[in-house]
Amino acid sequence: MSAPNKSLFTPGPRTRARNRAEARFRASGLAAILAALAFLTGLMGIILHDGAPAFRQAFVTLTVELPEERLDPNGNRDPADLARVTTFKYAPLLDAALLRALEEAGAENPFAKAKKLRALLSKGAPAQLRARVLAEPELIGGSLTMRFLASARADGYLKGRVTRESLARERKFTPAHLDVADALLGSGLLESRFNLAFLTGSDASESRPEAAGIGTAALGSLAMMLVVLALALPIGVAASVYLEEFAPQNRLTDLIEVNIANLAAVPSIVFGILGLALFIQFAGLPQSAPLVGGLVLTLMTLPTIIISTRAALRAVPPSIREAALGVGASRMQTVFHHVLPLAMPGILTGTIIGLAQALGETAPLLLIGMIGFVATNPPASPAEAFLAPNSAMPAQIYEWARRADPAWYERAWGGIILLIGFLLAMNLAAILLRRRFERRW
Amino acid sequence: MPRTKPTLTLALAIAVSLAAPGAARAREQIQIAGSSTVLPHASIVAEVFAENFDYPTPVVESGGTSSGLKRFCEGIGENTIDIANASRPMRPGERAACAANGVGGIIELRIGYDGIVFASGIAGAAFAFTPADWFLALSDEIPRDGAMIANPYRRWDEVNPALPAVAITAFVPGTKHGTREVFEEKVILEGCRQSGAHDILLARSGGDEEQAEAACIRLRRDGLSVDIDGDYTETLARIGANPAAVGVFGLSFYENNTDSLQVATMSGVAPSLETIASGLYPVSRPLYIYVKKAHLDAIPGLREFVEFFLSDDIAGEDGPLAEYGLVPDPALEETREKFAGEKVME
Repeated sequence: MSAPNKSLFTPGPRTRARNRAEARFRASGLAAILAALAFLTGLMGIILHDGAPAFRQAFVTLTVELPEERLDPNGNRDPADLARVTTFKYAPLLDAALLRALEEAGAENPFAKAKKLRALLSKGAPAQLRARVLAEPELIGGSLTMRFLASARADGYLKGRVTRESLARERKFTPAHLDVADALLGSGLLESRFNLAFLTGSDASESRPEAAGIGTAALGSLAMMLVVLALALPIGVAASVYLEEFAPQNRLTDLIEVNIANLAAVPSIVFGILGLALFIQFAGLPQSAPLVGGLVLTLMTLPTIIISTRAALRAVPPSIREAALGVGASRMQTVFHHVLPLAMPGILTGTIIGLAQALGETAPLLLIGMIGFVATNPPASPAEAFLAPNSAMPAQIYEWARRADPAWYERAWGGIILLIGFLLAMNLAAILLRRRFERRW
Repeated sequence: MPRTKPTLTLALAIAVSLAAPGAARAREQIQIAGSSTVLPHASIVAEVFAENFDYPTPVVESGGTSSGLKRFCEGIGENTIDIANASRPMRPGERAACAANGVGGIIELRIGYDGIVFASGIAGAAFAFTPADWFLALSDEIPRDGAMIANPYRRWDEVNPALPAVAITAFVPGTKHGTREVFEEKVILEGCRQSGAHDILLARSGGDEEQAEAACIRLRRDGLSVDIDGDYTETLARIGANPAAVGVFGLSFYENNTDSLQVATMSGVAPSLETIASGLYPVSRPLYIYVKKAHLDAIPGLREFVEFFLSDDIAGEDGPLAEYGLVPDPALEETREKFAGEKVME
């Protein structure tokens, strides 16, 4: 045994050991937080670094001649006749325009054929030109100065992703194309600018990553979230109010309760299979439709909402209910006038977190046909937003990440930035609601 | 309580919109599903089709050849797909499933060929393979002195002294991929024959060809041969982490990633559109689309879409598909005639 302490201010060996243990514990807690922060900053750093370039895009400004004999052989400006001239007929006009731009820049075409220059422009450029000419047929016969999307490789050159070394063994886009790009850069025709189309546009096919945008898929996500909100919130709240306030305590309600808790843990792909069998094959709803996606996600979100709503209802002290009943309110009046308003912040928080979870979900969408080359037409009407084939943001990101061209990789990361932005906004709304309205007893 | 009313109206609105599609809303888009190898090609056609015709862009889903054909065979009608993409011909079992669900009148159209290439990291060594090298490196048993022994090789130069002295790591497509079948048939089985293992196995199975072939394509399970069940992007990422490894890719995927991959020759031939079209490069396979004849007049734009798909502008030598990496079919004209005559599978 050690000698007894002479003073309270000189710690004995056991006190020192306890103090050391506490210091160690605090240090490890701090280390855990620092590690979590480091992971988070690392992750966000990678996402921002890889995804930010998706918001800028290279464009080429060209003056294109629009000869009548090529675009309107009959010379009558009949829209039906004009529409018969395909994009394949428009492409050589762009080749010629590029050749002229190159001459004006004082450079030579390094290729035997002008057609080879086409690799600098997006594969969608002829369609851009054709759409403009069909909208304004009076342009035919004159010339038109217009900004066209550059190809993903040319864009990658401006962003530093593509270099002469990395192109050494490419068949379609060669280092000679970069010489042309340098000449166009010198004359200011090739430039990098903010790319609004990434935020508002639709998906594009594998050969033109530069034209793809996430806007249509975001509308699909929005439509699904509306369906989830409109169905899961009323059903979830009604179910929890009944279970919590009215239902008798017996075996049946116990069974229901256990099942709801179990449903919350069911893998989401299972809901996808259920959705395919129930909504598409049995009920005959259209494939790939956000309405079906929303229904599937509703099934998935319901348990989350029910569980959080019941917790919120339980947090309202019994004294409130007793007081209401005491002054003669019916049980329904008690619930709707007193309990529910007090539980609302908790219910809304649970709902928003459930929605955020549903927003990031991909697996069930795979089975109902929302992954692939789907989000190509922005919905023309509110009904179409729910019924026409569309994708969702996480599904679109997944799809982009597995395409071959490295430019898609950048697109996928850009999409992740937007998705994280949406999730942050939703979680922030949940926190604000709780801060603003929550009452503690 | 007034606060609950907006949610109630919203729920009602949704319920109404739920009931609406029951009133047989005509489908506007063409629906396509199937092979993820055909997906890029089909999506390129879909996009150019929508640009040039007054129809909405067809929907192209992936999911693999087998699942695409399964959905194709679910039945006839607006709630079923119109076209199935396939990286192999339809099997008799799938034909039977189609027939059982009333899906008769299927038009089979070959759209071109896909080359399968072997590539390693740009920083690693270059390879020149023969099918026998692949068989000897990846099979679970190899022939030695007239008998089969467990595969002892750990490095490529042990398999064939001409190969670089690096450890064997191969990323091969998992069994759910259509590519796996081609890999087994054109590389492993071919190598099995070349190395003489097939004769030994045939003798061991008492002349049963099927058993011998099954034994030929059984790969080693000690971790040197890795099945990739994901996409080529996964294989690419794995090779990025291990440049000495060799992976199996589609030609178009390789051509889009020449900055990080170097391609190996097979039996002395480098893969390219030309060598695959001429048949010099041995590892390739035809790609198909299957069209329901009954849908041709029911789904707006379907006939125009398939005609457009098979046109020289699209699937020909100078078309966007060849540019993306599809090997053009020299017999495209016959395929067009087959579709024009609506010749269904027997």
